[in-house]
Amino acid sequence: MERIPVLKISDFLIVTIQVALDDESALKLQEDILEEIAKTKAKGLLIDITAVDIVDSFMGRMIRDIARMARLMGPPTIVVGMQPAVAITLVELGLKMTGVSCALNLEKGLLMLKEMVEAKEREERTLEAEETEGYEASA
Amino acid sequence: MRQVLEEVAVRNNTDIVTARNSVRTYAKQMGFGLVDQSRIATAVSELARNIVVYAKSGKVEIAKLNEGPKKGIEVVCEDNGPGIPDIEQAMSEGFTTGGSLGMGMPGTKKLVDEMNVWSEAGKGTRVTIRKFLK
Ligand SMILES: Nc1ncnc2c1ncn2[C@@H]1O[C@H](COP(=O)(O)OP(=O)(O)OP(=O)(O)O)[C@@H](O)[C@H]1O
Ligand SMILES: [Mg+2]
Repeated sequence: MERIPVLKISDFLIVTIQVALDDESALKLQEDILEEIAKTKAKGLLIDITAVDIVDSFMGRMIRDIARMARLMGPPTIVVGMQPAVAITLVELGLKMTGVSCALNLEKGLLMLKEMVEAKEREERTLEAEETEGYEASA
Repeated sequence: MRQVLEEVAVRNNTDIVTARNSVRTYAKQMGFGLVDQSRIATAVSELARNIVVYAKSGKVEIAKLNEGPKKGIEVVCEDNGPGIPDIEQAMSEGFTTGGSLGMGMPGTKKLVDEMNVWSEAGKGTRVTIRKFLK
């Protein structure tokens, strides 16, 4: 079984898939990522699939599920480097990647992720402020 | 002319990876472009997974086709598993007996030029797919 490292770099978790993943290794990776999110309290997750040249329905679904589950736990996720041939194949296969944010490369992905995290934090601050205001008004 | 290039035994998750990588390599050698390589390899990944999930074991045979103007690749995915009782149903989107997406068979059809399914209850299943060089 292949074990893919999940790296924490400043506030982000970075996962680079460099080898062809079998189904079991893919599920293990999904588990590892969700565990790391809970453990490290990372603010964002980036998955780099530049080196992945075959994504079938299993792998596609796994990437989509990771993004959705991470979002539920808190951190926004971005998938970077999907090869054009892979994107075309996934669309033809019929797998909808709705809810998954993608970027062309690592650099653009990191910028986008930073923006997503900042937007989320702004939103949270506004909500907090509104809650406090509401509390003061009713007191 | 049909020339068999390789036969991959399919019994587990790692064999799925071996089969699809092998198909991709041959498709590349034959001159298929990146998108077609991805289409064929992905189709084989779906069919090989069906073998592992529903029939436990089987094989994937990769062949080169050279029939007049029709040149291309043929992949036969075959097992001696339980068979598919209703092929039309299995080919329809969303139909699954494995609690999955029901995407493998209908998705494969969209990725290849020709797809043939033979199956008999209790005997097994044979899916043949072809992609031609344009
Ligand atoms: N080799 C096979 N032997 C027996 N039954 C099969 C075989 N391949 C497919 N089937 C049957 O056809 C159904 C549809 O297959 P298909 O690959 O489209 O979907 P799935 O495997 O259920 O889900 P997904 O491929 O999306 O994970 C399966 O649920 C299974 O009942
Ligand atoms: Mg399937």
